[in-house]
Amino acid sequence: MFQNVLRSFNLYLENNPKVRIYFPQGILILLLLIVISYFSFNAGTNMSSRGIETGFGFLKKKAQFDIQFSLIDYDGGMSYGRAYFVGLLNTILVSVIGIFFATILGFFFGILRLSSNPLASGLATGYIELFRNISLLLQIFFWYFAVLRLLPPPENSLILFDFVFANIKGIYIPRFDWTNLNYFLYGLLLTFIIVYFFNSYSKNLRNKTGKQIPNIIISLIILLLIPTIVALLFNVKLEFIYPELKLSKNIYNYEGGVTIIPELIALAFSLSLYTSTFIAECVRAGILGIDKGQKEAAASIGLSKNQILRLIVIPQALRIIIPPTTNQYLNLTKNSSLAAAIAYPDIVLVFAGTALMQTGRAIEIVSITMFTYLTLSISISILMNWYNKKISITER
Amino acid sequence: MKKAIKLICGLSLFAFLLTSCGGDSAKNNTLEATKKQGFVKCGVSQGLPGFSNADEAGKWTGLDVDVCRAVAAAVLGDSSKVKYTPLSAKERFTALQAGDIDVLSRNTTWTLERDAGIGLTFVGVNFYDGQGFMVRKSSGITSVNGLNNTKVCTNTGTTTELNMRDFFKSKGFKYEPVVFEKADEVVAAYDSGRCDTYTTDKSGLAAQRTKMKNPDEHVVLPETISKEPLGPVVREGDSAWEDVVRWSLNVMIEAEEYGVTSKNIDNMMSTENPAIQRIIGAEGSKTGAGLGLDNKWSYRIIKQVGNYGELYEKHVGANTPIALPRKGSANASWRNGGALYAPPVR
Repeated sequence: MFQNVLRSFNLYLENNPKVRIYFPQGILILLLLIVISYFSFNAGTNMSSRGIETGFGFLKKKAQFDIQFSLIDYDGGMSYGRAYFVGLLNTILVSVIGIFFATILGFFFGILRLSSNPLASGLATGYIELFRNISLLLQIFFWYFAVLRLLPPPENSLILFDFVFANIKGIYIPRFDWTNLNYFLYGLLLTFIIVYFFNSYSKNLRNKTGKQIPNIIISLIILLLIPTIVALLFNVKLEFIYPELKLSKNIYNYEGGVTIIPELIALAFSLSLYTSTFIAECVRAGILGIDKGQKEAAASIGLSKNQILRLIVIPQALRIIIPPTTNQYLNLTKNSSLAAAIAYPDIVLVFAGTALMQTGRAIEIVSITMFTYLTLSISISILMNWYNKKISITER
Repeated sequence: MKKAIKLICGLSLFAFLLTSCGGDSAKNNTLEATKKQGFVKCGVSQGLPGFSNADEAGKWTGLDVDVCRAVAAAVLGDSSKVKYTPLSAKERFTALQAGDIDVLSRNTTWTLERDAGIGLTFVGVNFYDGQGFMVRKSSGITSVNGLNNTKVCTNTGTTTELNMRDFFKSKGFKYEPVVFEKADEVVAAYDSGRCDTYTTDKSGLAAQRTKMKNPDEHVVLPETISKEPLGPVVREGDSAWEDVVRWSLNVMIEAEEYGVTSKNIDNMMSTENPAIQRIIGAEGSKTGAGLGLDNKWSYRIIKQVGNYGELYEKHVGANTPIALPRKGSANASWRNGGALYAPPVR
């Protein structure tokens, strides 16, 4: 009986290729779901038998702890959910700064390492090998505890250009105080739209008639002119609020202005340096990956050295550089969780640290944090894949 | 195809088996498990002089360590049979919940949330502490009322963070918390001038002050801004083990009250005082039966570890670098006006 059923089922599968393809996969997903629900069920019963509360309701409770540095309005009277966003934004902030500088430094040293000048290439090789081969956590400690700790106390701050004040408690810069900022922003938006349409018009014109308009210069003029007119028309003003040295008891502190905390500086700095070495190697690999014949061919049709690099080498090299560099961006974002070691209030310190401790909801908080990193990583991947597709070879 | 179907059937059977044996039979019998494995699994701090601190040879000493040693002496007969696990403030409760340790004796504050909400039980208090502030003498601050607009260094994952906010909020002061994961990093940051003040439990401040480059430059402010009763913690729902840990602590406190010390306990064997007879487990007293131990359990604790007064003087008393005076504090025996009071061993 059972044999017959099985045989007819097999026959059915053989005659329906679509079902044949999806059936095993469906079963696999089902099994996966069973395993996952088994584990969560098991954890749930064990926790409730040990008297551990579960659930996500705690996110609405008052957090009751303060955070040193926040991009959004935050106070301990707000919820754990809000504290989560403070941590998340801080993680994103340090990652964005890190990615920005790592990319610039990486391209610079990657190209420098290929220089024919032995001093330049030697310097780049030394830089890359030094920062690539020391553990990131040690580098963070080094910059935070060894280098930034050498800054003077506030009363003897290092002063750069009369408006940057660096001391052991942070770097203090003036705060911008705008009046009628929104008009200015509308003006900027308008400018960008105009520049965009002007450029596509000039490109069309060149493709159709071969006429060259000096579009870079005209764009620059538009970019300068319209915002200036807007600023004059709508009375847009910018004032600087300088940090001031204040004394309470015998302790000096700067107040007013913007504080860049030393924890952020140390973390962003070490993440940038560390990751830039890997990006430099990606860049070098990408450039070396371009066949010599490409350059020779470009030279033979009369392109200048600059044009060869800009129009022939880099666009092709980017296709090789982007995928491994995406990995480095992901690594940088994930490595930012080392922040907890030096008191930078990122998501791990604030949420998976303090909030976890105060609520005791280990499973919920760790899952949320893991899911957050997953989402961040996947977003970066999607963005970079989109960019990679955009610059990849388009056949005409 | 047949292979695939077989595989699927096998897997579902496997999944079924997994679900059916999901029970956890050993979890409610820590006492038996400890006797079987031959050592007490004890969670301690990552280094807090006077409470739990390892020397160069890796030997742990301190007031918190002695609670675990007492449990080992009572259950296993040898106070050295303890396996210490250093834990950060963040890791400690998870380690206990997960069963990596069986006693958490790590300067942990007893609060309602912790006792009721996370599946743990506090068994008593071995040190009455309170949160305070340390500042540089040169700052000119002499009381907590001078702390407006300061940068404050502290540890993450402690009640300290919450008390700090309550305090500054109630005073209407502005402050900036700089929160590290490890105590050593807090000390390094404060010592180098990143922060104007360092806040944690006062016992911790006294202990960490000894680690500063120049301890004499720093002073602990007189005010105490919170109650921090520190004590050992066990998992909820294992009352046999909970009782063993609780009474191991209580008997040390009670021994001090009746003047029984590790030095004179052998001379007390012939005492006529019934209370002392019970404490030292003399003939005829049957204190061990209810705990699942023999009747000499308390004798071994006092002989091998000591009474509370001895331990206090040895680890944090006036003759130690930490030098926390006991007289007049909550840690004095109730007979001397303190809060230290153990239920009777009888």
